[in-house]
Amino acid sequence: MYPDKAKMESLVEATELAEVRGRSLWSDARARFIRNKAAVGGLIILILILAFSLFGQVFQAWSNEAIDWKLVGRVTQIGGPSFENGHYFGADDLGRDLYARVVQGTGISIMVGVVGSLVAVIVGTLYGATAGYFGGRLDNIMMRTVDVLMSIPFMFVLILMLVIWGRSITMLFVGIGLISWLDMARIVRGQTLSIKNKEFVETAVAIGVRPFTIILRHIVPNLLGIVVVYATLLIPGLIMAESFISFLGLGVQEPMTSLGALIQGGSKQMLYGAWWQIAFPLFFFLATLFAFTFVGDGLRDALDPKDR
Amino acid sequence: MFSYIVRRLTVAVPTILILIAISFVLMWSAPGNPFMGEKAPPPEVLANLEAKYGLDQPYWKQMLDYMTNVVFHFDFGPSFKYKDRTVNDIIAQGFPVTLTYGFWSFVVAVVFGIGLGIIAAIRHNTWLDYLAVGFAIGSQSIPNYVMAPILVLIFTLWLGWLPGGGWEGGTWDHLIMPVIALSTSYFASIARITRSSMLEVLNSGFIRTARAKGLPSGRVIFGHALKPALLPVLSYLGPAFVGMITGSVIIDQYFSTGGIGQFFVNSAFNRDYSVMMGITILVGSLTIIFNLLVDILYAWIDPKIRY
Amino acid sequence: MSLLEIKDLKVTFRTNDGPVNAVNGLSFTIDKGETLAIVGESGSGKSQTAFAAMGLLAQNGSATGEVNWDGRNLIGLSQRQMNKVRSDQIAMIFQDPMTSLNPYMRISDQMAEVLVQHKGMSKRDAIAEATRMLDAVRIPDAANRVRMYPHEFSGGMRQRVMIAMALLCRPRLLIADEPTTALDVTVQAQIMQLLGDIRQEFGTAVILITHDLGVVAGFCDRTLVMYGGQIMEEGTTEEVFAQPRHPYTKGLLQAVPRLDRDDGDLQTIAGEPPDMSRLPAGCPFSPRCATMLEQCPAVRPELVTTSDGRRRACHLSIEEVVQ
Repeated sequence: MYPDKAKMESLVEATELAEVRGRSLWSDARARFIRNKAAVGGLIILILILAFSLFGQVFQAWSNEAIDWKLVGRVTQIGGPSFENGHYFGADDLGRDLYARVVQGTGISIMVGVVGSLVAVIVGTLYGATAGYFGGRLDNIMMRTVDVLMSIPFMFVLILMLVIWGRSITMLFVGIGLISWLDMARIVRGQTLSIKNKEFVETAVAIGVRPFTIILRHIVPNLLGIVVVYATLLIPGLIMAESFISFLGLGVQEPMTSLGALIQGGSKQMLYGAWWQIAFPLFFFLATLFAFTFVGDGLRDALDPKDR
Repeated sequence: MFSYIVRRLTVAVPTILILIAISFVLMWSAPGNPFMGEKAPPPEVLANLEAKYGLDQPYWKQMLDYMTNVVFHFDFGPSFKYKDRTVNDIIAQGFPVTLTYGFWSFVVAVVFGIGLGIIAAIRHNTWLDYLAVGFAIGSQSIPNYVMAPILVLIFTLWLGWLPGGGWEGGTWDHLIMPVIALSTSYFASIARITRSSMLEVLNSGFIRTARAKGLPSGRVIFGHALKPALLPVLSYLGPAFVGMITGSVIIDQYFSTGGIGQFFVNSAFNRDYSVMMGITILVGSLTIIFNLLVDILYAWIDPKIRY
Repeated sequence: MSLLEIKDLKVTFRTNDGPVNAVNGLSFTIDKGETLAIVGESGSGKSQTAFAAMGLLAQNGSATGEVNWDGRNLIGLSQRQMNKVRSDQIAMIFQDPMTSLNPYMRISDQMAEVLVQHKGMSKRDAIAEATRMLDAVRIPDAANRVRMYPHEFSGGMRQRVMIAMALLCRPRLLIADEPTTALDVTVQAQIMQLLGDIRQEFGTAVILITHDLGVVAGFCDRTLVMYGGQIMEEGTTEEVFAQPRHPYTKGLLQAVPRLDRDDGDLQTIAGEPPDMSRLPAGCPFSPRCATMLEQCPAVRPELVTTSDGRRRACHLSIEEVVQ
């Protein structure tokens, strides 16, 4: 579900090597990325899905909350996809337009993934860089804490958090982000340990730059490649986490929806023959996951061209 | 070895205590009062209730009591929602169910995953290998909440072979779909990890030595290659365990199997904090203990780890 | 009759960039108890010759020709039949002792399984024999160290273990593939000394594969120089060193630092080892040869046996090379 640890470690080495050789990491990487068919394909699909979630509502004939009373009670029989009545993807079991709901659900799912990933990356980077930069006992305590937190099944704690502090989408963003930063913190710490011995950091220390300025100005920018790859690869994992919670009915609340919530609804109605209610959300769900994974893998391989 | 286990335990035990503390602090920070339902009970009733559950005590005392009860008596206290049931009752009812299908899922994922991985590695670049890799990539990313409905669609609705849910004491026909839904993606991941690490090991120098010694290929693979090839699988078992125990919530919810996951979700809707806490602590402790076992196993296999 | 006879051996690897011919029509023999050095740069096909003889080529490699052992051609034997020969009759040790031993098994188990497999010994007897063999390769405190894991040994000690393991079944031929390359210089000398003693003691024939002419002198009866998967020159070690008859051998010898002679600067051979997928039709060494003739890149020189029993493949006359 989460980015492969071994591959991330290999990437860390590769970016370090590139730095040593003084090669232009990013321009080389761009060329390699463009040559990678799966990655470019993933990027194109990703752009299409993003466009769908942003501009899809332009084409919708129904709002996501409006109930088509003509269909109520007979959705399974006559609620299938149809251009005549404007329900391109059919209607859900309450008679609401599935197209509008898939547009909205895709948007929410991607947003949860992206925002959660940002929270995780920011927290993880700052935490890891702080631990790595100061080292010593502080580092020891901070990383031990990470070890302890890692062995807790976070999904249960997240649900506990959602129940206690209220089920809101903000809570979902923050909660998902807050429990996903642990790996990032470890990777960043390791990288910081090696960067902090470089000349430019030592120079900055010598002329009396404050530690946090050094971390933000000198260390974090050098972590960019890793952070970008990790963030991209984290997104599908977080989309899945959100879907998990929404599938249980504990995530995004009506009238808002997400792909996970739609899949949950569809998986029930599918049993009565309303196949479209699971087919369309599932299609967008899997397409989004694969697209992000391909782009993330492509970015990683572009930055770490080691043959695997 | 003994001192290694002791050292690992000195990390595991505080971790469990911290887990208990975190859960307690979370609950403590909850707004409102657990007994505030739709209408507030009269003050004297509320006072009685608080006294009964120990909520009139200072927080540190509450936490200490809770921890003592959990650690020394394995007592998670009463349910906030069902006045006549304790958290222990609920766990005793749900846990055996979760354990049963969880155990089988784990066995299926590990045994078949490793088996398929080894076969694919030995038959590298044959149709069997391609088939295994294709299957692994395809099913690895299908989450169990997608797998479960698909299974019901096929086996219950189309074929009519299996019941779409329920438990009935765990008869095999109620067990099959939960086990498949829960294990498939881990089965696929384990097969993929086994295959790639096996391929790497088979290309290593000491396998060439083993072959130069004139050992039969079965001995080369099972005597020499298997152990090192399984080390990456072993490190994956921890995350797989967490994934499965988390996935059991979906299984319980979708198949109405009545495991702890179902109670957890119901408690989430009922704001039954003590049940949620109890289950979270139980699941967390199991995870920590499982990881401890994996670490010990790892140290036992790999002579380079000092203990 | 010679112990091992290799006749017109060809080794080809299928790769994404087309077939790579690692060995191109190699023929040589080795007698009982003899030592033969196969010398060449990396990529000359010397190691692949050994792997082909042992049936240990990588999956994408295939060998044709004859590897005659005991009147049987080993090429084309099934793995099962080949396993009876490996280690029991022909044993092999490898370049990197760090990776050649299984890090997850005790030395005792790794050694004992050879004897259990080939001699049908009980595990107990096999470990006792393994301990005696470790003693024979001068591993101190063998009785205790046999129970250890490879990571508890130093590089030189591990190579000793490899040698002991290879000798367990008293094979008639030992193939040593760059046995000292990965070791420190002082340890190198010890290992070569050990190999020499072992050869005397057990009467084992040895094929020493190396790129280092320094270890060949004083150890091997005969030397065979390979380049681009072909033989350039062959003769007794003494003769080859005293009077190289091929420009490549000459170049190799000039690149060896020597203390007993002061003949100016060391000279290296210009250019890089050959690209095995794009060898010239003629002499593979021609692109780097200082004395190349017009026909060299196009016409492959024949391997000719001279009256004194030496072999060479060069268009130049012997006099022209020796000058």
